[in-house]
Amino acid sequence: MNTASNHDAHGPKSGIMRWITTTNHKDIGNMYLIVALAMFFVGGAMALVIRAELFQPGLQLVNPHFFNQMTTLHALIMVFGAVMPAMVGFANWQVPLMIGAPDMALPRLNNWSFWLLPFAAVMLVSTLFMEGGAPAAGWTMYPPLVQQTGDAFPFLIFTVHLLGMSSILGAINIIVTIINMRAPGMTLLKMPMFVWTWLITAFLLIAVMPVFAGAVTMLLTDQYFGTSFFNTAGGGDPVLFQHLFWFFGHPEVYIMVLPAFGLISQVIPTFARKPLFGYASMVYATAAIAFLSMIVWAHHMFTVGMPISGQLYFMYATVLIAVPTGVKVFNWLATMWRGSMTFETPMLFALGVVVMFTFGGFTGVMMGTAPTDVQYHDSYFIVAHFHYTLVTGAVFAIFSGAYYWLPKWTGYMYDEKLGKLHFWLTAISFNVLFFPQHFLGLAGMPRRIPDYALQFADWNMVSSIGGFVFGVVQLIFLWVVIKAVRGGEPATDEVWEDAEGLEWTLSSPPPYHSFNEAPKVS
Amino acid sequence: MFRSKTSTRLNGLLGVGLTLGTADALAAWSLNLSPGVTPISRAVFDLHTLLMWVCVVIAIGVFGVMFWSILHHRKSKGAVAAKFTHSTIVEVVWTTIPFLILIGTAIPATKAIILMEETGEAADITIKVTGYQWKWKYEYVDEDVSFFSNLAATSREVRNGGDPSGVKNYLLEVDNELVVPVNKRIRFLITADDVIHSWWIPAFGMKRDAIPGFMNEMWASIDTPGTYRGQCAELCGKDHGYMPIVVVAKSESEYRQWIAEKQGAAKAEQAAAGKSWGKAELLARGEQVYNTACAACHQANGAGLPGVFPAITGSAIVTGSQDGHLDIVMNGKKGTAMQAFAAQLSDTDIAAVVSYQRNALGNSVGDSVQPSDVKAKRH
Repeated sequence: MNTASNHDAHGPKSGIMRWITTTNHKDIGNMYLIVALAMFFVGGAMALVIRAELFQPGLQLVNPHFFNQMTTLHALIMVFGAVMPAMVGFANWQVPLMIGAPDMALPRLNNWSFWLLPFAAVMLVSTLFMEGGAPAAGWTMYPPLVQQTGDAFPFLIFTVHLLGMSSILGAINIIVTIINMRAPGMTLLKMPMFVWTWLITAFLLIAVMPVFAGAVTMLLTDQYFGTSFFNTAGGGDPVLFQHLFWFFGHPEVYIMVLPAFGLISQVIPTFARKPLFGYASMVYATAAIAFLSMIVWAHHMFTVGMPISGQLYFMYATVLIAVPTGVKVFNWLATMWRGSMTFETPMLFALGVVVMFTFGGFTGVMMGTAPTDVQYHDSYFIVAHFHYTLVTGAVFAIFSGAYYWLPKWTGYMYDEKLGKLHFWLTAISFNVLFFPQHFLGLAGMPRRIPDYALQFADWNMVSSIGGFVFGVVQLIFLWVVIKAVRGGEPATDEVWEDAEGLEWTLSSPPPYHSFNEAPKVS
Repeated sequence: MFRSKTSTRLNGLLGVGLTLGTADALAAWSLNLSPGVTPISRAVFDLHTLLMWVCVVIAIGVFGVMFWSILHHRKSKGAVAAKFTHSTIVEVVWTTIPFLILIGTAIPATKAIILMEETGEAADITIKVTGYQWKWKYEYVDEDVSFFSNLAATSREVRNGGDPSGVKNYLLEVDNELVVPVNKRIRFLITADDVIHSWWIPAFGMKRDAIPGFMNEMWASIDTPGTYRGQCAELCGKDHGYMPIVVVAKSESEYRQWIAEKQGAAKAEQAAAGKSWGKAELLARGEQVYNTACAACHQANGAGLPGVFPAITGSAIVTGSQDGHLDIVMNGKKGTAMQAFAAQLSDTDIAAVVSYQRNALGNSVGDSVQPSDVKAKRH
C-alpha cells in the first residue's frame, strides 16, 4: 500500500528543489546513503589504483607521490565520505521509524548537516588537481610531513572542519530526537539496539570531533601564522599532534563500528526468530566500549618512545576492550543458539560481521599488547587488521542493514539470488584480498609503500587479485539497489517473518510522514 | 626473513652465494614473524606465538559453537525458536573468563616491555641514527665515525619503471651499511632531521620513531653474525619506500678493523678537500653525488616534478651566481623539502655537485666550484 498519496498537503516539492530544501528524514536519509555509495565507489577506485600498483614489484602505473595521494584520499573518503554518511543515512531513515516519531527533531538542521557533506567531499577530491597534488601525508596527517603538502593544505583542513560540523550537527539531531521523540511507553531500556548504539555514538562524536577540529586548526596556524604547536624548532612537539589526533581517531573507529553492532543486533534476532539475548548487557557493553575507546588512544603510538608506565597503562586499558566486545559476540551467539534460523542476505552479511569482525578483534588484542605491537606497527599486519574491523565490521553491517530495510524503504523485495551472490563473492574476495596481508606484515613489509622487495611479491599478487574481484563485485550491490528501487515483487508491511519493531507496523514504503499519531509501546 | 641465510656462512661479506636463490624462494611465501637474533626479538616472538595460540583456541571455541548452531538450529531442519532472553550466570561467566585470559597474557607482555626498556644499562657502543628524507645517517658516538646510508645504486637504477626481478635485495640494499659487533650491548639513539621516520629491523624486534627534535632510545645485543635488513616504517613522504636499513653484524675484531678503515677514509677525504680539483674530476664525482643526494626529488634528468620539486635545468638559482647556488645547497630552503646539505655532504661533495649542476642536466654556466670555496662559506 502506498500511502504517500494520502498526504499530498504535506508531500514533497517536485524537482531539484525537493532535494535542496527538504527537511524530511527519509529524503535526507536517501541522500546520505546515495552520497555514501558514490563515495564508496570513488574511494574504492583509489584502492584499485593502489592494488594495481602493488600487483608486482617495480613501479608500473603511478609515481610514489601520487601513490601516497591515493592512500591518503582512499582512507579519508572511505571513513568520512562512505562509512560515516552511510551510518547517518541509516539513522535518518530508521531512528524515527524505530522510536515511533514523525521525523527527526531538528529537520532544518538535518538538511544543513547533509548539505555540508557533498561540498566537503567535492573540495577534498578537487585537491587532486591542485598544484602539488592532493594531501599525501596519510589520513593521520602527522606533522611535520603534512606541512609539505602543496596548495591542497588549507583545503584539507577546511574539509575536515566541514565534515566535523556536519557530523556534530547530525549527532546533536540524533540525540535530541532519541531523547525527546520516543513513542509513549518506549523507555530507554526498551529502545531497539540500533537506536541505543547510535545514541552512544552521537555522544562520542560530540566528545571527540571538536578535538580533531582543534588539532587541524593548530596545524593551520603552524603553517600560516607562525605558531609552533607541533614545531620543535619553536618549542613545540610533533608528538602532541599524534595524541590529539588519536584522542579523536580511536573513538572514531568506534563511531563507525558501534552503529554496525546496532545494525546486526537488529538483523540476527529477526532471522533467528528469537529475541536478542542479554539486551541489557548489550547496552552496558556498548557504553563500556564507548567509554574505554576514549582512554586508550596512545596504543596507536607505542613506538613514539613512551615511558614504561605509559605503555603499560595503554596496553592494559586497550586489551580490556576485549571484555565488553566479547560480551557482544557471545550475546549474538546466544541469540542464534536454539533459534530457528534462515539465511537471507541480511543474515549472511550479519554472520560475516560476527566471524570476520571477531577475527579483527583477535588481531586487535595482539596489537594492543605493546611489545608485539612494536613488530606489527606500521606493517601490513595493521592494514589487514583494520580492514577486518572496518570492512567486515562496518561495511558488511551496512550491507546487512541495506538488504534488511531495502524492502521497507522501496516497497519492493530485492533480488535475493543476486544478494546472496553479492555476499559470497564479497566475503571470499575480501579474504583473498586481506588475509595474505597478515603474512606480508609479519614478513616485514611496511605499509604505505608503492614498491616492495621481491620476497613480498607472491602474497601481494594474491592480495591484488582479491582486490580486483572485491572491487568489481560491489557493482552487483549497485544493480540490486537500482532493481529494487525500480520495482519487483511488492514487499509486505512486515517484510520478514515475525520481525520485531515499530518500523514493520508501517506500510512498505512508509508514508512521507511516518507516525502522525504516536504508536503505543507496551 | 630479512636475513639471507648465506651471509652467516660468508661471515659478514656481502651475501653473494649460489644458494641465495633458494633462500629467497623459501622466504617468498613466508607466513610468520621471524624469531630474530636479539633477546628482545625472541621475547616478542614468544609473546606473539602465545597470543596467536590463545586466539586460535578461543576462535575454535566461539566459531565452533556458532557453526554448530548454524547447522542444527535452522528453520529448514524444523528447529523451533526457544524463548530465553538472558541468563545472569552465563553472562557473568563469559565476562569473567576473558578477563582472566587477558591477565594471563598481560603478565608476559609486561615482562617483555620491561626488557625492551632496559636502555639504562651500560652500553658497549652508542650509535646515533638520524632519519632524513630519504636516507639514514649513522654516527658512532665514541669513534668519530659518521656516514650516510642511501638506497643502493642497483635498486635506484630500476626503481622508475625498470624491471627489478634480477636485482639482488631489491630496495633492501644500501651504499653504506651499518656495521656492528656481535654479542655487544649496542645503544641506539634515534632522531630525525626533517619529518618523522621510524627505524625498523624486524630481526632485532625493535622499531622506534625518529622524531625531529627528540631523541629516542633502543638497545640490541645481536648473537648471530649476518646481514639484517629493514625499512623505514613511518610514512615520510614521496620516497618513504626507498630508505632501507642494512645492518651487518661482525665479530669484534672485524668490527674494529672496519672502524679503522672508516677513520682512514675520512682522513683521506679531508686531504682531498685541500687540493685543487680539475673540472672533469669534479663533474664525474658530482654526477654520483647528484644521483644519491638530489635525484630523488629533482629527478635524474634535472626536470623536477612540476608543482612539487623545482627543476634544476634552467633554474635561475643554478644558472645564477655561485654564491646563491652554494647558499641554497648548503643551507636549504625553510618550509620546503629542500634540506641543508652543509651538514650532510663533505666540502668536496658539495663543490662537485654544484659544479655538476651548473654544467650538466641541460645547464652550461661554464664555471666550477672548488672544495676550498665551500670551506670558506662554512664560516
